[in-house]
Amino acid sequence: MAYHVVAAIEDMPPGSRRVIEVNGRAVAVFNVEGEFYALLNRCPHQGADLCNGLLTVAVTSTEPGIYDFDPSRNVIRCPWHAWEFDVRTGKSWCEPNRVKVRSFKTEVRSGKLIEGPYVAETFPVKTDGTYVLVEA
Amino acid sequence: MNLQNLGAIDCDMHPVVPELKALVPHLPANWREAVESRGIPGFESNAYPQRAPITARPDWRDDAGAPPAGIDRYRKAVMDRWQLGHAIGNCIYGVHMVLSEDMAVALATAVNDWMAAEWLDADPRMRASIIVPWQNPERAADEIDRCAADRRFVQVLMPVMAEAPLGRRHYWPIYKAAERHGLPIGIHAGSAYRFPVTPVGWPSYYVEDYAAQSLGFQGQLGSLICEGVFSKFPNLKVVMIESGVSWFTPFLWRLTKFWRGTRSEVPWVDRPPLEIARDHIRLTAQPLDAPDDVETVGRIIDQFQSDEMLLFASDYPHWQFDNDEVVPAGLSAISIEKMAVQNPLATYPRLRETRL
Repeated sequence: MAYHVVAAIEDMPPGSRRVIEVNGRAVAVFNVEGEFYALLNRCPHQGADLCNGLLTVAVTSTEPGIYDFDPSRNVIRCPWHAWEFDVRTGKSWCEPNRVKVRSFKTEVRSGKLIEGPYVAETFPVKTDGTYVLVEA
Repeated sequence: MNLQNLGAIDCDMHPVVPELKALVPHLPANWREAVESRGIPGFESNAYPQRAPITARPDWRDDAGAPPAGIDRYRKAVMDRWQLGHAIGNCIYGVHMVLSEDMAVALATAVNDWMAAEWLDADPRMRASIIVPWQNPERAADEIDRCAADRRFVQVLMPVMAEAPLGRRHYWPIYKAAERHGLPIGIHAGSAYRFPVTPVGWPSYYVEDYAAQSLGFQGQLGSLICEGVFSKFPNLKVVMIESGVSWFTPFLWRLTKFWRGTRSEVPWVDRPPLEIARDHIRLTAQPLDAPDDVETVGRIIDQFQSDEMLLFASDYPHWQFDNDEVVPAGLSAISIEKMAVQNPLATYPRLRETRL
């Protein structure tokens, strides 16, 4: 596994998202209120680009008529059939153990990222910035 | 298949109220008088017209050609014939069609008392469903409480087409009472005829009415699951009686598929509808709508992914089968035994109390 630089942190403010190519696979990276998450950009249902999905909240319920809206339970809703995927784990909300999209570890690091195992994929990397990385 | 040695449990047979007069002794004084002075003829539903073939097997009809009344005929035709262990009587007299809540209460009470006197007292193997005045759910719950003291009442009966989808919270007092007493809800084919029996309007012919009942069952299955009845009442079981069976899995495929994308609308439905149905719904296996080849029936059964869904039923006196072919072809001996004994015992806790 190697780390892949996604962006300089100032280029991915909260609410932003982008797709990077890692070893031939498209990975969607999301900044959700300062936390970075990365999912394979392919819905396991029929292959839609998850990066185009709505970032929203998975509503839960303790009993009929009660809507438990916890804003921290972020999901990506697939743009084609609205299946929900937990942005942290890639698990689908409807059948978490059967239907899931691969998720990747992310990290934010400062310094000389051009060295060592890090691979710059999509844009020039400065030596003295703070960067968003995806391990894949 | 030999049902004879199993002590099979007939989960759907129909005691026929011969005429309104039979109920009169069980009515409160006010309603006894009203039957007389208003000249109320009776509450026969056209769901099973007297002369329609489905209404009674020809060899089971009485001498006048009417559907057979009385336990003796049933005993001879089915109970003794197949050496049944138990039978559950579902009386489908037209209490469910009555518009007045008060009259519905009086009639439901009378039918239940008539059932106890004429059927339950007549044979120790008989059990019955409680008829409820669903027109007023609070009073329906009262009637459940009243009848449930008699352990021979093992189920609560509702028509598949009443006045609103059965999952609506309006009906929950009925489910609360049923769950409290360990009684499944039996939903039987039949309409209160408040609305057309098909979603597209009134059909012209009887055959359309009967065939469309399975659409009613689909609507109720969707409603019960999506309104969260089984989240609210996790111990409740629902038995779909005389529904036709083979519509069941394809409808759940559809419901589950669309639920995946609209789950947030019904967040209390927190697992696939298919799984909820497998845990909470049971179906009587007469009729089982399918072509005559055994292989197709086998595939329909396989699609349940469970051998606990089906319950044996004769549907007496309705004419669903000829001669001794009371069990659908295509079931293994093991499945038949499950369907005739273990599944009913698991579905109706009260049957276990007296089972030797």
